[in-house]
Amino acid sequence: MSVKLKALLKSPWVFHLSTGSCNNCDIEVLDCLTPRFDIERFGMLLAGSIRHADVLLVTGSCNRKSAARLKTLYEQAPKPCLVVAIGECSMSRGMFIDSYNCPLPLDKIIPVDAYIPGCPPKPEAIIAGAVKLINKVQKSVTKV
Amino acid sequence: MGRTIVPIGPYHPLQEEPEFFTLTVEGEKVVDIDVEVGYNHRGIEKLSEQKTFDQAVFLVERICGICSTSHPFAHVRAVEDVIPMEVPERAKYIRTIIAESERLHSHLLWLGLAGHFLGYNTVYMWAWKLREEVLDAMEMMTGNRNNYAMFKPGGVRRDINIEIATEVIRKIDSIVPTLNMLKKAVMDDPVLHARTKGVGVLTKEEAIDYCALGPTSRCSGVARDLRKDSPYGAYDKVEWNMIVTQNGDVFDKVVLRVLEMYESIKIIKECLLGMPEGEIDANIKSIPPGEGIGHIEAPRGECFHYVRSDGTNTPERHKVRAPTFMNLPTYKSTIIGETISDATIILAAIDPCYCCTERMAVRDTKGKKVYNGEELIKLSQAKTEKLKEKFKC
Repeated sequence: MSVKLKALLKSPWVFHLSTGSCNNCDIEVLDCLTPRFDIERFGMLLAGSIRHADVLLVTGSCNRKSAARLKTLYEQAPKPCLVVAIGECSMSRGMFIDSYNCPLPLDKIIPVDAYIPGCPPKPEAIIAGAVKLINKVQKSVTKV
Repeated sequence: MGRTIVPIGPYHPLQEEPEFFTLTVEGEKVVDIDVEVGYNHRGIEKLSEQKTFDQAVFLVERICGICSTSHPFAHVRAVEDVIPMEVPERAKYIRTIIAESERLHSHLLWLGLAGHFLGYNTVYMWAWKLREEVLDAMEMMTGNRNNYAMFKPGGVRRDINIEIATEVIRKIDSIVPTLNMLKKAVMDDPVLHARTKGVGVLTKEEAIDYCALGPTSRCSGVARDLRKDSPYGAYDKVEWNMIVTQNGDVFDKVVLRVLEMYESIKIIKECLLGMPEGEIDANIKSIPPGEGIGHIEAPRGECFHYVRSDGTNTPERHKVRAPTFMNLPTYKSTIIGETISDATIILAAIDPCYCCTERMAVRDTKGKKVYNGEELIKLSQAKTEKLKEKFKC
């Protein structure tokens, strides 16, 4: 395992991006930081800039205005960068699939590493998803 | 002195939602502000026209995650206004309980974020910890922490039985001591006083001129609350007070929201104890042609829905106006003249919700032209002229 990836898995810093969500997933992400769930014990912190982050959390249904900005943000992220899609909207666009403003699902715009389903997913589900992602990356690296 | 533009957003660490503020500053002083929205637009009004009246409730719930009771409440009231009909008494009480629980959790959420913006992360953690208890109560009553799916035209979907009611009262009571502590901490802190008193003042005249709604107007001394002015649900059957403060600064907005939480607790408990027995759903068979409006007092102000039906099971037109749409322009009077360091808390003080507010503008595909109403009419008339010439030939 490269030093970079090893360090990343010890304390993944997270940048959270809302691409046209209803706020619910964003609030549940913030909820993970508060005392009851306290995701910081896994070394996870919300970073202020994508340039400091290892993981990109995407919520929302990628509307026309934010899709271009999402691409730019992904290009600016230092690699390796893991992408996590949170909520039904970013997985399949959910009930906004027929909307005139949501042309593409998230995984057609940037590659996605993990999906966390739910509308909105509970903080427990988000923590479980994060742990699964870390295990997945560790396994895939040790196999090679 | 030269002017500088300070951009905030669209993906700023301070904000959970994407929106773009342009602050024009002279030195430290803000002289102008512009807000650009549209990063959250999903075309909900158009989507609603493809859904049946029953399905649309689930859609309007997802306009905004924090107001996921206000929008369905206003929408079902609009649909019931088309018929028109009365909802069973028990359903009215259940609706009031859910709406007030939402106000409680929304105000706690705001209090936490306001503490975070001012550099009091302890307030943020305490308030959000308290909020978890309210969300637990909501989960017990409705089955979900956020999008509750409780409302339907004609009533509610789930009943609240006596075991759940006692447990909810226990939960709500358990947050009162911590809330008292939080209230004391907020009201007695000299630093908080210095940071928020006299900052971002909205006078009574300005509040009326800008048509400010909800807490933003009530903190300026405008006693306007839909729950008192045109009572709906069970608000006219329980005892509670409208909170009005006079100064219109950020401190008053904090105090007003903290005091409103106590009123919400009072209403929830009184409703849970005084719920009448009976049906919870009126079982609407069909919606006749016509139009209806529904308005309710959301945590941020009056939320307004308009529905026009043509007799089929889908609406012909559905219009949404969220409270933040009216509260946003008050920035022009509150933020100008203040320093940049106070800008964040003033921006947060109206409890803005951009998901609700999203609008769309029509643009030319080549340039950046925005069509206004007159130009659209001109375009339309020009097309008619062209067609006239064509048919002459």
